Amino acid sequence: MSLVRVEDLSVGFGAVRAVDSVSFTLAPGAALGLVGESGSGKSTVAAALLGLHRDTGARVTGSVRVGGVDVAAAGDDELRRLRGGVAAMVFQDPLSALDPYFAVGDQIAEVYRAHSGASRRAARARAVDVLGRVGIPDAARRARSRPHEFSGGMRQRALIAMALACEPDLLIADEPTTALDVTVQAQILDLLHALREETGMGLLLVTHDVGVAAESVDDVLVMRDGRVVERGGVAQVLGAPRDAYTRELLSAVPRVDGVRGGPSGSGDVEGAVGDVVVEAEGLRRVFGRGRRAFAAVDGVSLTVRAGETLGVVGESGSGKTTLGRMLVGLLEPTSGKLRHGGAEKSGKGVVPGVQMVFQDPVSSLNPRRSVGESIADPLRARGDRDEDAIRARVRDLMARVGLDPAHYGRYPHEFSGGQRQRVGIARALAANPRLIVCDEPVSALDVTTQAQVTALLAELQRELGLALVFVAHDLAVVRQVSDRVAVMRNGRIVEQGTVDEVYGSPQDPYTRQLLAAVPALDPAVAAERRAARAAGAHAVREDGGAAGKELAAA
Amino acid sequence: MTTTAPVAVKSRALDRALTGGLGGLLGGGFTGFVLRRVLGAVVTLFVLSAVIYAVFYVAPGDVAQITCGPRCSPAQVQQVSEQLKLDDPIYVRYLDFLRGVLVGQDYSTGTGVLHCDAPCLGLSYRTDQQVTELILNKVPVTGSLAIGAMVLWLILGVGTGVLSAWRRGRLTERVLTAVTLAGTATPVFVIGLLLMILVCGRLQWLPFPQYVPFTDDPQQWAWNLLLPWVSLALIEAAKYARLTRSSMLETLAEDHVRTFRAYGIRERSIVGRHALRGALAPVVALSANDFGSMFGGALLTETLFGLPGLGRELVQAVRVVDLPVVVGMVLVTGFFVVLANAVADVLYAVADRRVVLS
Repeated sequence: MSLVRVEDLSVGFGAVRAVDSVSFTLAPGAALGLVGESGSGKSTVAAALLGLHRDTGARVTGSVRVGGVDVAAAGDDELRRLRGGVAAMVFQDPLSALDPYFAVGDQIAEVYRAHSGASRRAARARAVDVLGRVGIPDAARRARSRPHEFSGGMRQRALIAMALACEPDLLIADEPTTALDVTVQAQILDLLHALREETGMGLLLVTHDVGVAAESVDDVLVMRDGRVVERGGVAQVLGAPRDAYTRELLSAVPRVDGVRGGPSGSGDVEGAVGDVVVEAEGLRRVFGRGRRAFAAVDGVSLTVRAGETLGVVGESGSGKTTLGRMLVGLLEPTSGKLRHGGAEKSGKGVVPGVQMVFQDPVSSLNPRRSVGESIADPLRARGDRDEDAIRARVRDLMARVGLDPAHYGRYPHEFSGGQRQRVGIARALAANPRLIVCDEPVSALDVTTQAQVTALLAELQRELGLALVFVAHDLAVVRQVSDRVAVMRNGRIVEQGTVDEVYGSPQDPYTRQLLAAVPALDPAVAAERRAARAAGAHAVREDGGAAGKELAAA
Repeated sequence: MTTTAPVAVKSRALDRALTGGLGGLLGGGFTGFVLRRVLGAVVTLFVLSAVIYAVFYVAPGDVAQITCGPRCSPAQVQQVSEQLKLDDPIYVRYLDFLRGVLVGQDYSTGTGVLHCDAPCLGLSYRTDQQVTELILNKVPVTGSLAIGAMVLWLILGVGTGVLSAWRRGRLTERVLTAVTLAGTATPVFVIGLLLMILVCGRLQWLPFPQYVPFTDDPQQWAWNLLLPWVSLALIEAAKYARLTRSSMLETLAEDHVRTFRAYGIRERSIVGRHALRGALAPVVALSANDFGSMFGGALLTETLFGLPGLGRELVQAVRVVDLPVVVGMVLVTGFFVVLANAVADVLYAVADRRVVLS
């Protein structure tokens, strides 16, 4: 009998049909990936397996059976036994998924008690036991910590421990690694893999990241607009996709090891690389004072020339955003020199000719002003007063970034994520900058949209001879768009060079570690890398050590 | 790791003492947090006392004339003015006042010396009674009123709020909302009066309220205060119900609540244990403020039910510009507001350790 049998499942919210006639089965111990972009309905399917749509006003039709239980027909008690006992869910954001007011161990113990009826003491022991199994060092002590005292990776481990507590037959992981750094992501995926081998659990993995699926599952369903467009073995679907959308999705995925086939190809810029636009020397920025002083950027030197893209890549806390903000003038360096176009930066404030594109296109646009007005802001800020000229310029810019100039008066919520980022780019272009610093410009976007936005940036750069600084955590995206790349760690640049040098023959051990952690699209390669990481086997301890340091600092 | 830890702690403490200044001396951690909070409270009270002094100094009216009475001769007024040291510059009088608070003060009464002990807030211009004593006599009355009313309004308000968040959109919620809104919309003298007429007059279930100290007879104390408590609680409860409801709805929508639902935890336990705990933070903060301000603001209730509390005393003192009494009263009110807020902050920090870190 199959562990999960979904037949003709449809879920509707109001007038929207989020899931449309989805059917699949999962054998005990098997691993299935649900892959799709945002809005494809993949998380809605996962939630339906646990009956989480009950009493929410969603219309659910079709049949869902998990571990022999008919989810739609099950009574409240039966459904509670199913949730956590038969199928356990691991959520995306491990910080918000745990109650900040309770110790991690107590939360796991509560779940265990609800299902086993064990004593408080036994439930606590169980919590410590599972925390130990997911690789939390000194689990007995750390079980008493609150979630905020854990690092991101440890929190995700704690959530997995909660899932393990009742020994479920099925683990449902909804974007389990999306909020994590790439090296931590590799550790969590390895952990899930090892636990599956150990316990024989089935796995349903929901992810937008094709590479993550390639690492972790046997079979894959590709979803789009609530429907399954393709299904099959992971090697076959990713290696030889039959559906047009799957092919489009795969070709949009930036590759860290492939040829630089990105739409940009900006390596061979016409007119080659020009004058120095910005030059930083020994740049340092300290936050806090006295005992709490902490150098976010600690002695960074770099040069960016007209017409070239410098990729700045690093994990969270590496100081890349702080560096980007200093280059624009949003933050004052504590020490070091910053020269724009040969002139040393003097005084405070944003430097003329330098603009920024932000990560979150939703929150970086004022929701109460039309996008046209937002794009016009830099023009007005520099003193333009001729309304007709401003409007004409904004319409030009909108057309230039691929927006309909007739949408001048529309508001940000009327646009999709990719379109909003185009608005952000148009706004950055308005004042004819020589340098644009893009801080994670595409990390909130789906891969197909990502590819369009990076292509636009490359095209603009070619035409306008812009210098770009592209700050991102995603090594593959950085490779795709950059001419040169700087790898940051703990406020310092550990390695800097042309893209081919850094990615082709990384010199610094940290760069090598980062590259090894990027999920491979080919399942065979992924398995090979996993074996290599297991041989290294120090990864787990490193995560624990980092968390220990955080704790000591607090 | 374990062997080096004590050394690290010691050197950090030293480092803190050397470089951290006052905040550093008080330390990080929980004790440091509490100490910093208390220090902040003391500073607030000093600023408050100075502001009140300044306000009454610029206020119009001849204090000596008012204190002496309408039929005093100019000479008598002059005498009063000298006796009360009204001719001294304001900073001298303020420093005098501060000295009284910190070390006590002696007053000449013509025939002998009246000693006023350390937290001395001066003597009433009108009755020559020590202000500290006067206030201490009234604090238990207003305190009894405030504590009982707060307990009732918290039970009523939080209970209603939780129920209406849980039963959102159903009949229960609509009825509860209507009832609490009606309570809030009715002034205390209407609710209180109606209750008195009904419960004490018509039904004769309770005696007409009359203050009995707790130390004399706890049962009589409670019976007599029941009506004032209920009237105040009915008025305040709606505010708490609304706050609790919106705060609950917010926490119920949070990711960690979804986690516990997905793990088969009972709804009752999710609402009562996880959502309520998160939702209580703003409720605690608001009740701290309300509790504190009861000490200066329960005037209508005190008057209506004939309770000899601080509110009534304050109104009388303001009418005759009895400066020491007014300053003392405002300080005591301020003291309770600040104290209640400090307690609320510490409670916060106990519930949520992240507060200490930030």
